[in-house]
Amino acid sequence: MTTTSNPLSMMALDDLRVLEIGDERGAWCGKLMADMGADVIKIEPPEGDPSRQYEPFVDDQPHHERSLYFWYYNTSKRSVVMDFDDQSNADAFMKLAQSADVIFDTATYDPVGRLGLDYHQIMSDNPGLIWCTITNFGFGSERDDEPHTDLTLAANGGFAWMNGYDDHSLPPVRGGGQQAYHTGSNYAFMTILTALLHRDATGLGQHINVNINASVNVTTEAGSYSWLVAHATVQRQTGRHAGVAPSMPSQIRCADGRYVNTGIPPRRPAEFGLVYRWLEEEGLLAELPEAALLLVGAELESFSLADVFSGDNEELLAIFGAGREAFDLLASKLTAYEFFTKAQNFGFQVGVIHSPEEALEDPHFVDRGMQVKVEHPELGREVVYPGAPYQLTKGSWGITRRPPLLGEHTDEVLAGLE
Amino acid sequence: MPHHVKSQALSHLRICDFTGQLAGAGATKFMAAFGAEVIRIEDPSNHGRWDILRGMPPYVDDRRGPELGGPFNNHNVGKLGISLNIKTEKGRELFEQLVAISDCVTENFSSGVMRSWGYDYEALKQLKEDIIYVSNCGFGHSGPYEKFKTWGPIVQATSGLTMSSAIPDQPPAGWGYSYMDHTGAYFMAMAIMLAIHHRNRTGEGQYVDVAATEAALTLNGPVLLDYTVNGRPLRRDGYPDANHSVSPAMSPHNIYAAKPIPGSFDEAWIAIACRNDEDWHAMRDVLVADGCDWASNDAFGQLSGRMTAQEELDSNITEWCRRRDPFQSTEMLRAAGVPANPVQTPEQRIDQDVNSAESGLWPTIRQTEMGRVRVDGIPAHLSRTDWSMTRGAATLGEDNAYVYGDLLGLSQNEIDGLHEEGVI
Repeated sequence: MTTTSNPLSMMALDDLRVLEIGDERGAWCGKLMADMGADVIKIEPPEGDPSRQYEPFVDDQPHHERSLYFWYYNTSKRSVVMDFDDQSNADAFMKLAQSADVIFDTATYDPVGRLGLDYHQIMSDNPGLIWCTITNFGFGSERDDEPHTDLTLAANGGFAWMNGYDDHSLPPVRGGGQQAYHTGSNYAFMTILTALLHRDATGLGQHINVNINASVNVTTEAGSYSWLVAHATVQRQTGRHAGVAPSMPSQIRCADGRYVNTGIPPRRPAEFGLVYRWLEEEGLLAELPEAALLLVGAELESFSLADVFSGDNEELLAIFGAGREAFDLLASKLTAYEFFTKAQNFGFQVGVIHSPEEALEDPHFVDRGMQVKVEHPELGREVVYPGAPYQLTKGSWGITRRPPLLGEHTDEVLAGLE
Repeated sequence: MPHHVKSQALSHLRICDFTGQLAGAGATKFMAAFGAEVIRIEDPSNHGRWDILRGMPPYVDDRRGPELGGPFNNHNVGKLGISLNIKTEKGRELFEQLVAISDCVTENFSSGVMRSWGYDYEALKQLKEDIIYVSNCGFGHSGPYEKFKTWGPIVQATSGLTMSSAIPDQPPAGWGYSYMDHTGAYFMAMAIMLAIHHRNRTGEGQYVDVAATEAALTLNGPVLLDYTVNGRPLRRDGYPDANHSVSPAMSPHNIYAAKPIPGSFDEAWIAIACRNDEDWHAMRDVLVADGCDWASNDAFGQLSGRMTAQEELDSNITEWCRRRDPFQSTEMLRAAGVPANPVQTPEQRIDQDVNSAESGLWPTIRQTEMGRVRVDGIPAHLSRTDWSMTRGAATLGEDNAYVYGDLLGLSQNEIDGLHEEGVI
């Protein structure tokens, strides 16, 4: 089912006005709020947000209204153009700030400094205002004047060290999709919501200082706690968890050349029995003489994995080896998608390695409404966007309008200010 | 850093919490850091082991056991812990009393577990009219894969995140950890707080279905629009190419081999990103001053030329990067205003980066059995109601006296009796 976004019902944040005064680092936070109904007003410089110039473009024709990067991160927002070097805008900015519930900025444009305003005055005139600043190293940090990008933040904060290949002559891998920026924005939204619930209870706003480098640092699972707890360092491995000690491969290439992640291969007696049955169903028992070991494994009383890892019990090792070989054989005969669905139906935690577009078209996600159509009347097109990251049953998610044209809402917003 | 004053931000909220591992536990850890009273429920009949992280390494010393695992402690800092066997009649009564005084029930079991206990949203609503029930599982609570099982790497594989993390002509590198357990927990925390704000406005509770795969699918947006609008899939020759940047186009933009640091690992790497021609011209001047005549080649002067000659550019830059350790080269580029950073090891980023210390990112907490240990903090500070972390994960049933006694009004004799009966 493809759903068309429906802006008619109440949305969880449709009581909020939000000013977004920032660059690409905060745009994801703004989208998360806008798609929950907040009136997010993106204040752009006269030449437009820099990401309007980012590839890819519609039909590969560069234009500030055709950037798909800009489109994705700016759904449901309104756009107001304001030149912070023009002092005559000081009054309008003050009024906008007084009308806002939340302001978030990335310390890029500095409206307060450039328009000669007083931050403390703004906060005391609007005591419920929540003002969140998202910067690379935290507002006021001694490193905060350094220029950085998603790549250099991912390297500094720990993502890159953990991603890559068994072959360490190949470089560490950043991870696609601007995830350092996402992680900073995720923390910005979480802390804004925290401050909002406090405001619901007390009426009081506050300032929030979000640090992207720190956000990446605490989004590294064992990378951090292995060091914090035991002063041990994880090392990157192909397609699986970086480890203090090497682990077995968990990524197999299937008959169609695509990959699956095998997760945790058979390791319980019942699972050895199931993989035997699966081989039998596929008519592959004859091709794997070791399959008989799986039947032995299926009859075992419970055993400790420590016995397997110690390597002392040769029979156990052989049974585990047969389980892995069975997976390898099945993968060599099946497409990645077949391997995934059949394995899951046998109860194995296996995943097909989809490309993002394959995921968007996967029947499960289509069924759950992850394809959302948004009208772009200027281009005469209906565009499919990815849908909701969470399914609230009340006050739910929706794309309320296509991304704004540059300055599309300047007049209506400024006219609405008293 | 004010890590010892309990935050008042969420101190008016109580969460009846079945979450575990990281994908669920991370959500309520965040809320506990801001003062929410999170009551984590564990089954005494298997010492809370449904959470497979309980007792897992690393450990602070030679001791082993379910109370001594580093990851479990890290993800459950600041929460209360009670034991409760929900398969007993009395256990169910106690759980129902707890729901009646809670704002929210949270869990990240496989789909259908709560229902099998008789506690779907409608049942919970009977116990408390405005209850908020938030579940988080890999594929969500409906659809063809509802019964499929996941953990972080499977979520990442099926949503496109594994595939999009790769360099050309290599298999997927993926994420070297459960990025989506962290990030799934972030989306779960957002969902809980969105639902509470909705309740604050309307008085109504609700059910929220969080599927970590769907949260993950939203994290590759521009690539997806390139497909839905331009028909260009990410699965094509030469892609994915995660260390280069085509969206936006930047060059040079890569992770380069550097000279290893003596006494450290036998590899070292530096990330460099020139955002525009100005950055490149600044980098070019650094290189030329260091004897790299090739850098003054006019063909590299503009972005289009550098994008075309990316391979040649990368191999020349690698030659330069190998001359020094990544911290030294980073200093030279930073002085010129060019974005660069070493690929930091855990030790470097945790113990040697000035930013970690100044932001108070790794608080030391006390866990009853482990003692003092450092954990992941929160990468933000609030001016009025900042977070705090002082106590570690609760040992099994550590807060039974407070929850069953102070909150539910049972006497010490009654609590002892429940313990003897195996209810708690």
